[in-house]
Amino acid sequence: MFIKHRPHLALAAVALSLLAACGKKSAEEAAPAVAEKTSLVVYTAFEPEQLPAFKQAFEAANPNIGIDWVRDSTGVITARLLAEKDNPRADAVWGLAASSLLLLDNYKLLEAYAPQGVEKLDPRFVDSHTPPLWTAADAYEAAICVNTEELKKKNLPMPASWADLTKPVYKGYVVMPNPNSSGTGFLAVAGWLQMMGEDKAWEYMNALDANIARYTHSGSKPCKEVATGEVPVGISLGYTGVKQKAKGAPVEIVFASEGLGWDMEAQAIIAGTKKPEAVRKLMDFAVSETANKLYNQAYPMIGIPALAQPVSGYPADIASKYAKNDFAWVAGNRERVLAEWQKRYSSKTEPKT
Amino acid sequence: MSSLALNLPRWRPLWQGLSDRGLLLFALALAVPTLLLPLGTLVEHAFFDDSGRWVGFARFLGYLADPALQRSLRNSLWVSTVSTLISVTLAFLAAYSVSRTLLPGRGLLRLVLFLPLMAPSLMPGLALVYWFGEQGLAKGLLFGAELYGPVGIVIGSVFWTLPLAFLILSTAFANADGRLFEAARVLGASPFRVFRTVTLPSVRYGLIGSAVVVFTQVFTDFGVPKVIGGQYNVLPTDIYKQVIGQHNFGMGSAISLVLILPALLSFAVDRWSASKQSAALGARATRYTPPPDRLRDGLAGVYALLLSAAVLAVMGMAVYASLVSYWPYNLTLTLDNYRFESVPGTGWRAFRNSLELAFHTACFGTVLVFLFAYFTEKGRKGVLLRNAFRLFAMLPLAIPGLVLGLGYVFYFNAPGNPLNVLYGGMSLLVICTVVHFYSVVHMTAATAINQLDREFEAANAMLGAPAWRLLRKVTLPVCLPAILDIWFYLFVNGIRTVSAVIFLYATDTTLASVASLNLDDSGETAEACAMAVLIVLACLLVRLLHWLVSKFLLARLQHWRHS
Repeated sequence: MFIKHRPHLALAAVALSLLAACGKKSAEEAAPAVAEKTSLVVYTAFEPEQLPAFKQAFEAANPNIGIDWVRDSTGVITARLLAEKDNPRADAVWGLAASSLLLLDNYKLLEAYAPQGVEKLDPRFVDSHTPPLWTAADAYEAAICVNTEELKKKNLPMPASWADLTKPVYKGYVVMPNPNSSGTGFLAVAGWLQMMGEDKAWEYMNALDANIARYTHSGSKPCKEVATGEVPVGISLGYTGVKQKAKGAPVEIVFASEGLGWDMEAQAIIAGTKKPEAVRKLMDFAVSETANKLYNQAYPMIGIPALAQPVSGYPADIASKYAKNDFAWVAGNRERVLAEWQKRYSSKTEPKT
Repeated sequence: MSSLALNLPRWRPLWQGLSDRGLLLFALALAVPTLLLPLGTLVEHAFFDDSGRWVGFARFLGYLADPALQRSLRNSLWVSTVSTLISVTLAFLAAYSVSRTLLPGRGLLRLVLFLPLMAPSLMPGLALVYWFGEQGLAKGLLFGAELYGPVGIVIGSVFWTLPLAFLILSTAFANADGRLFEAARVLGASPFRVFRTVTLPSVRYGLIGSAVVVFTQVFTDFGVPKVIGGQYNVLPTDIYKQVIGQHNFGMGSAISLVLILPALLSFAVDRWSASKQSAALGARATRYTPPPDRLRDGLAGVYALLLSAAVLAVMGMAVYASLVSYWPYNLTLTLDNYRFESVPGTGWRAFRNSLELAFHTACFGTVLVFLFAYFTEKGRKGVLLRNAFRLFAMLPLAIPGLVLGLGYVFYFNAPGNPLNVLYGGMSLLVICTVVHFYSVVHMTAATAINQLDREFEAANAMLGAPAWRLLRKVTLPVCLPAILDIWFYLFVNGIRTVSAVIFLYATDTTLASVASLNLDDSGETAEACAMAVLIVLACLLVRLLHWLVSKFLLARLQHWRHS
């Protein structure tokens, strides 16, 4: 009777207890289920299809440690790590852009550690601090994707260099990622700035802008659009192009003759991890020969240069095409460069034909 | 029953008043940690810099002074207005055809119009490119206009907002008082006059409500412009650039707060239109059955066919895209894309998580929304509390999912917050999703509830019966179709949501919608599409079950519609 006359209160109580039960359930889930096996929460931007092999190889080498991936695109994972900075949830990152790690370092989110075997790595793949804050797995680059079918239809020549893309014949036929939205876009811009020098590079981008059909928000999108014939030429990740070609798209990947802007997929310990032992094992594994061979299945440029085998789709001399890349300069000038880019090219909104 | 009521005559008003207020206070209390405090963290980020120094309005002024960003604002207003006009007009005609004509197969049209709601945002984007892009089959229909830009944004936005407008408008059309039509007929009013003086006023609240919802949704959505907007900048893509591209949370938060302004405006419009609305369904209302009219039904039939064809063309193209080897160069049909070889093992797990999220979102959400909507609309006490809650209910509409998710990370992950045990768990995903989609369902519930005359409450109070009896005997049965729609709306949104949960899922709570988006991002377009098709199929299956349950419930509780 009491309940009957105050049904809303009763309902409220039921709803509240349901919510409470929900909360309790997730708290239980959060507790480690099996005590003897340590689980590491690893944030990554590796391609999804690479993850099972990496996890399997690591867990085979370290039977008492498991990997729980949280995988998303580079931009999202970096944003998430920064948003969580007051109470980090990840134990480590593995497969995140080195430039993102520099950003994380601004907030002291990385814990220095020299993994066993670090001396075998190409010095460019090791952070300059002692002990290093991060080490890197492999490198990836900005390349030009070209659709050969569409090129033929439109009677366009095959481009060979960045300079070629500014020729009037390509007007309205080039797509590139907006560096303000995409790390790949920024990678290309940072490469030009360092290769050509600032003044020349901005002149180059002015000329390129005249040919750009549109700037996209995702780094892989230009090459995907090239692969489906939406546009004949795109500035994108070399990896995306190689993959689309393997799937049967009429795509050629041009590694521009002037040199390539590049970044690395890197690994680091997140400061404050409660599993320091296990996470160091992960860092050791990430620079091991086993791991390097796995990286080499997709990327020609890996941490241990002696192990590198050519990868189908990439030229044998790819390593020599990588431009000089000063990560400290890139990190220090990022904001200024993006603001300048925004000022110059972002206000053009009318679609060009 | 009445003896019970007579036993405690002195107490009842007091208890009722208290429990009205009690429930409202409870609703407001729930809104504090799930909406206000997460938003508060954004305000903090907008006004303070990284080291906690007050920067005041510097970010806002900087943003407003930038000519490129002023253009984003103008672009946003333009595409939102055009999309709203088109979407609401199409939905209005569809809702009219479903509710006020004798069009055969009305249920089928309803089902087709719900399809866009089930489609993860990647499907329409891809389908539009495959239809109207450079290699598109129907490229000519755009008459040379560029798809990537305002044209694509408007088509894509109309496609996904159509079900929202239709949901609200068909609720508004559902309950009509037959006596009014009878009176109009007897008085010899022309069909147009009946439409203008009887039909339109009874759906005005729904009409304005749907316009407000569609406008705000397009204004804050970044999914469509990101995929198909080319370099046509709008406010939500500016936020995306700040948060995901440059990790500038301060600026991202500042732009998000600018986006909340239209929500406050919507709230004002909504209140104003509600004050003009009189209950359509009086206590003495009779059921309205439209008389046969061949011309009207014929026109409705043609319209229904055209609209269904357009929706099915988009969906069909997406299904086709999931079945070809390599579009557009190798059109051999294959099922290989459904093997999800690029995501071994995780694909099905993600699918199960998505279903779980959707189911909990729908169940919790429907109960809470209906109760809260009922007491904000029908309660007599606590005008201030009710208006405060109405405002809160409209807020999520204006918050882009990405920003809500960011606020959730800041708030729920804070080291000192006892609620941070929820972080990374399914329950937080459920809470976030309910809040994210709260506004539209609240408005739908309010539309349904407001069509009931207050006489019911008066009569109920006079009889001395407790409010819950009225709720059970009258309000619930009358609103049942709307409640069932709400359940399904929450379910499908739970299954296809991406933007708000992208920061919140953990290893064991990965979602199919996110997996599908990531597949597309890494170049597995056909596989991404295949996963999206599976999401739609799951929704259709649930829709079938939902239909069976609805049929059973309606048969039991809807006698009044036929008597």
